Amino acid sequence: MSRPSKTGSRAAFWLLLLPYIGLLWVPFYNMREPSLFGFPFFYWYQLAWVPLTAALTYVAYRSVRDDD
Amino acid sequence: MTTEINPVALSVFIFFFVLVTVMGFVAARWRRPETLAHIDEWGLGGRSFGTWITWFLIGGDFYTAYTVIAVPALVYVVGAYGFFALPYTIVVYPLVFLVMPVLWKKARDHGYVTAGDVVHGQYGSRGLELAVAATGVIATMPYIALQLVGMTAALKALGLTGEIPLSIAFIILALYTYSAGLRAPALIAFVKDIMIYIVVIAAVALIPSKLGGYANVFAAADAAFQAKGSGNVLLGGHQYVAYASLALGSALAAFMYPHTLTGIFASSGARTIRKNAVLLPAYTLLLGLLALLGYMGHAAGLKLSSPNDVVPALFQTLFPSWFAGFAFAAIAIGALVPAAVMSIGAANLFTRNFWKAYVNPAINDAGEAQVAKVTSMLVKIGALLVIIFLPTQFALDLQLLGGIWILQTLPALIFGLYTNWFRAPALLTGWAIGFFGGTYLVWDAGWKPLHMISLGGEPFTVYTGLLALAANVAAACLVNVALRAAKPAMA
Repeated sequence: MSRPSKTGSRAAFWLLLLPYIGLLWVPFYNMREPSLFGFPFFYWYQLAWVPLTAALTYVAYRSVRDDD
Repeated sequence: MTTEINPVALSVFIFFFVLVTVMGFVAARWRRPETLAHIDEWGLGGRSFGTWITWFLIGGDFYTAYTVIAVPALVYVVGAYGFFALPYTIVVYPLVFLVMPVLWKKARDHGYVTAGDVVHGQYGSRGLELAVAATGVIATMPYIALQLVGMTAALKALGLTGEIPLSIAFIILALYTYSAGLRAPALIAFVKDIMIYIVVIAAVALIPSKLGGYANVFAAADAAFQAKGSGNVLLGGHQYVAYASLALGSALAAFMYPHTLTGIFASSGARTIRKNAVLLPAYTLLLGLLALLGYMGHAAGLKLSSPNDVVPALFQTLFPSWFAGFAFAAIAIGALVPAAVMSIGAANLFTRNFWKAYVNPAINDAGEAQVAKVTSMLVKIGALLVIIFLPTQFALDLQLLGGIWILQTLPALIFGLYTNWFRAPALLTGWAIGFFGGTYLVWDAGWKPLHMISLGGEPFTVYTGLLALAANVAAACLVNVALRAAKPAMA
């Protein structure tokens, strides 16, 4: 596995667990309110995880040394 | 939905179809290698695709034309449950980020082209290699057939019914894939993906305003579900585990398929793959918005003969004919990219892990490329015949099983990247238990991928693929412990 460049940046990899917790535990978000722009919570919450996951992955990306 | 020919829509469609056909043939000269007569060039585009080409290629073949038709159709019928595709295509990327660069490096260092190569290299077992390769091929075949279902829906909306237009489109695809290999879908993916982005963004921006806003769209779907007594815009309590396990199981399976792995192996480096794990979720956003078209179908009060018509019917009803033609062209071309990559992935497996392993071990590079080219053509013709002569339900059932099957190759393909503890017979036993046990459970449930479990309390349903994977891993561990106890010297 690619090693993070410096000690402590391994923490960045733990960030990648967050989408699994946020999305696979359905009771967190199976509700209508609060709605946003007409979207029930169920929908906008999951859609919001898309940019959020991309951002978390970017943080992890920055912590990986280039080793191609 | 009307199935009359609209000249404007048809002209727009033909323009784009001709455009990608020309591009498909020109692709043989694009980023021209010294020779195309090498499976690394024909089947993996020379392992040289950078960030953007990889983004368009994987985006174009992971989010298939069938997805564009089937996800909104499922949401139209069942509501919130159909949205599992959204968490699925989000949680897949942290996995891609962590695992796929490691796999890519191993493949590049040893010249592996397929999952079967990786497994044979790691364990030196022809049996395990064959299991992984055969699983890849049979899981992919129905997937190719389903691309034809997506294409049929788009062609039907253009008034092109019957088998002839479909066959012509597919045979043209087979010809340029034969000559240009992976470069053809990689080049076409640019056109296809940009068209799909335009269509979906226009749809989600314009349609709700014609239907009274998103709040009204959700309210209309709610009312429609209550009127027919099934479906819901939220999940029922008994659906939680099914929803989450389908999302997780599908995410684990997604990059075990030959077509997605081909996209990974074809990229230029580990860094390219990591960047793509950050960038590919853009397609997920698109998919999530696209799924909402199912609800817009209710808000527009469409009367449909098949749920698969919901997307075409929406465009016909709410957009001018030129834009509808553009949208249908996007969907039909959208079928070509995954169909091409899938047939290439299946052909690579056949060539490397069957032909080279059993028929002609002395085959040279040019010979490999030739076998793969012919195989890719046969695979496409096979899929076409399946769709023409067998009921569509057959392909649907097989594709559903395919997801469960391909998931069973995960331990053999991935565990070896991190540990040398496992031995081939243990992994092969695990694969067999997962493969056949999973198939039995699906058959037992009447071809449904969900299995009911009762642990004392309320019974709940779980994705069968995940159950089969758990049995697979447990069996592999047990057998491995026994093997190592019996012959510790082999370690």
